[in-house]
Amino acid sequence: MKHLSEYRDADLVRGVLGEIKRTVTCPWVIMEICGGQTHAIMRYGLDQLLPQDLELVHGPGCPVCVTSLELIDKALAIASQPGVIFTSYGDMLRVPSSGNDLFSIRASGGDVRVVYTPLDAVKLAYQNPEKQVVFFAIGFETTAPANCMSVLQAKTMGLENYSVLVSHVRVPPAMKAILSSPHNRVQGFLAAGHVCAVMGYWEYPPIVEQYKVPVVVTGFEPLDILQGILLTLRQLEQGRAEAENAYSRVVTFEGNRKAQAIIDQVFTDCDRKWRGIGIIPASGWCMRDEYAKFDAEKRFPVSHINSEESTICIAGQILQGLKKPIECPAFSGRCTPENPLGATMVSSEGACAAYYQYSRR
Amino acid sequence: MTQEFPSIQGLVCPVPLPHQDQILLGHGSGGKMSHDLINRMFIPPFDNPSLRAGDDAGVVQILLEETTGKTATGRLAISTDSHVVWPLFFPGGDIGRLAICGTVNDVAMMGAQPRFLSAGFVIEEGFRVDALSMIVASMQAAVQEAGVEIVAGDTKVVQKGKADGLYITTTGVGIIPSNIEIGGARAQPGDVVILSGSIGDHGIAVLAARGDLGFETEVQSDVAPLNYLVQSMLQCSQRIHVLRDPTRGGLATSLNEIARQSKVGIIIDGVRVPVKPAVASACELLGFDPLYIANEGKLIAILPEEDADNVLDVMRQTRYGEGAVVIGEVKDVPEGRVLMKTAIGSTRVVDIPSGEILPRIC
Amino acid sequence: MCLGIPGKIVEIYQSNGLRMGKLDFGGVTREACLEYVPEAKIGDYALIHVGFALNLVSEQEAQETLELLRQISEIENSLQPGEIG
Repeated sequence: MKHLSEYRDADLVRGVLGEIKRTVTCPWVIMEICGGQTHAIMRYGLDQLLPQDLELVHGPGCPVCVTSLELIDKALAIASQPGVIFTSYGDMLRVPSSGNDLFSIRASGGDVRVVYTPLDAVKLAYQNPEKQVVFFAIGFETTAPANCMSVLQAKTMGLENYSVLVSHVRVPPAMKAILSSPHNRVQGFLAAGHVCAVMGYWEYPPIVEQYKVPVVVTGFEPLDILQGILLTLRQLEQGRAEAENAYSRVVTFEGNRKAQAIIDQVFTDCDRKWRGIGIIPASGWCMRDEYAKFDAEKRFPVSHINSEESTICIAGQILQGLKKPIECPAFSGRCTPENPLGATMVSSEGACAAYYQYSRR
Repeated sequence: MTQEFPSIQGLVCPVPLPHQDQILLGHGSGGKMSHDLINRMFIPPFDNPSLRAGDDAGVVQILLEETTGKTATGRLAISTDSHVVWPLFFPGGDIGRLAICGTVNDVAMMGAQPRFLSAGFVIEEGFRVDALSMIVASMQAAVQEAGVEIVAGDTKVVQKGKADGLYITTTGVGIIPSNIEIGGARAQPGDVVILSGSIGDHGIAVLAARGDLGFETEVQSDVAPLNYLVQSMLQCSQRIHVLRDPTRGGLATSLNEIARQSKVGIIIDGVRVPVKPAVASACELLGFDPLYIANEGKLIAILPEEDADNVLDVMRQTRYGEGAVVIGEVKDVPEGRVLMKTAIGSTRVVDIPSGEILPRIC
Repeated sequence: MCLGIPGKIVEIYQSNGLRMGKLDFGGVTREACLEYVPEAKIGDYALIHVGFALNLVSEQEAQETLELLRQISEIENSLQPGEIG
């Protein structure tokens, strides 16, 4: 496939790996933000090929993993109501809340449907005027343009039966939270390439300036990831700290201005609770008041829901890069993809799930 | 005063409508409608003496091996499968062809030549008769291609809203030759793993036909009867240890099952596993791995290395085996696991998928 | 968090007031919303995520990146011919 297969070339991979080995002179800890990058690293066994001195830790880049328990409980409550068609991206179906998930709601008769794009949820609303169609809008900045456009489209079409349960999270506040933590070990970041395709990387120089940590925008294919690692390593070895772009074929400094404008039109910053981490101020997006009628949290009063997280699950520490999945006492024993205790095992992008599927037991 | 008579339009006889175009509950109740349906729809295409006898069970004549002075014994391979695929028609096939080939293949994977099948139909009230005819015609073609006979059948009709249109259950029987020992627990370290062709075709074709992920492709299901391919392979080598058709769960699941049953490690070379470009693209788009996507016309063979070249030659000259390649080998460790060498030279574990394979956004 | 893959735009049209396109992903085609890439033309490659084009793929940047990677690779090959390292 064009613009994809070229970045899996074995010879070029060998070449960049060699250069990485020649560049590293002492141990470094680099975090890859995005769950898709974790997945690619595991799938291609990249961490096996990297020099021992280089430690890759996995960041909280899985929107499924970091969606708060309360919000999932709200989703389940809405999906259980009669007359509701609850739509979602595929990977949310298995996320457990306190003892239940969307799969079991579906099995008990709830109308839960997987959609590939939020425009299909809008179409469902149009085709089923007697039902309430709710779309579970999770995601980082990458998915926001799509989720916002669905709201605007519903408004243009005059739909009264479409609403969105918003659970957006933003990367820069998460990076700052990790870097501010007294236990932080991360010395360099591979920034999430597709988040930056939307947002650009103009948000990173202030972070780089404040924390003196290199941030390199990185893609998702083996060569992209290795190139991101190489550039980060060069900065670390040379004592530099800059925001660099290793994914220039789709990322520019400004990003997609139209997408950012639409996001700003529909969403506003708000505090967001990250599962396993806690509340990070201004780290989320919520629906603006002008679009309140499309906000599922307002349309369906899903008032206080008691959510309990498993005490054994250390997803929080994994999401912050403090621990690896194999260091968790429950990993692969009590906690497996079939019986996940926490967020990082649930999503196919979560670090624990990736570790379980691709390796290491 | 003249009396106005109502105008008589002619005698009308309230005989029940024959309902030629839709299946009704009555077709499943065992009465005249049932008999009509069976005689019209099912007997003619599958016609044979056992079916025509119309008894509760089909009776067939088979040749049993006889050992002097002892009771004749032999081994039967029996397999049953229920087919609930949706949609019923997809590029490259339909539920009928799937029902025949699926069971034929399961029997063939034991080294047996499938001979006799039974077919049970659960039909939803309101199902169109012309659609049923098309499916039956497809089954007839598959039955002829595979050289098997349907000797027993059943038909039930359920209320509207159940059965997704149609479910078909087939059971198949074949005799295993005495010199053949094939089973999932028989893989040996040093064996090689052969795959008969490209993976993922069926699963992607059906997913595209379902329409809810909105993509279009020319990928066709590979659904096909593999019994003649297996026969040619067994004529070439009687030392084949394992045969399996990687259906639901894909190549990865079948290899894992074999690794566990045989208590061996299986290492495959990712670069050698054939995947059609369109299948690879569809998997990229949705976030799937072709290793986990269903196939309905492919087989895995595990056999001693010495026999591999000959068996490969024979496969490549036989229908449905043209794309056969060696994809890996069997080792004694890691026991019960499957590993894959990636395109970039690293090794990763290939595990069984935990449940429903969902499209990802990440 | 971002499964995005590049597809080639083969058709552009309006649907329900939105600028949409049909994209070819190498044997698979799917519709995607092109509202966020108003400059897109037929023949362009776009990065698609959940049915939306987020950005166009720059052919020039792609070439430069691959060239850079090839140069690194040549250095490596001249130092360690044939080894995986």
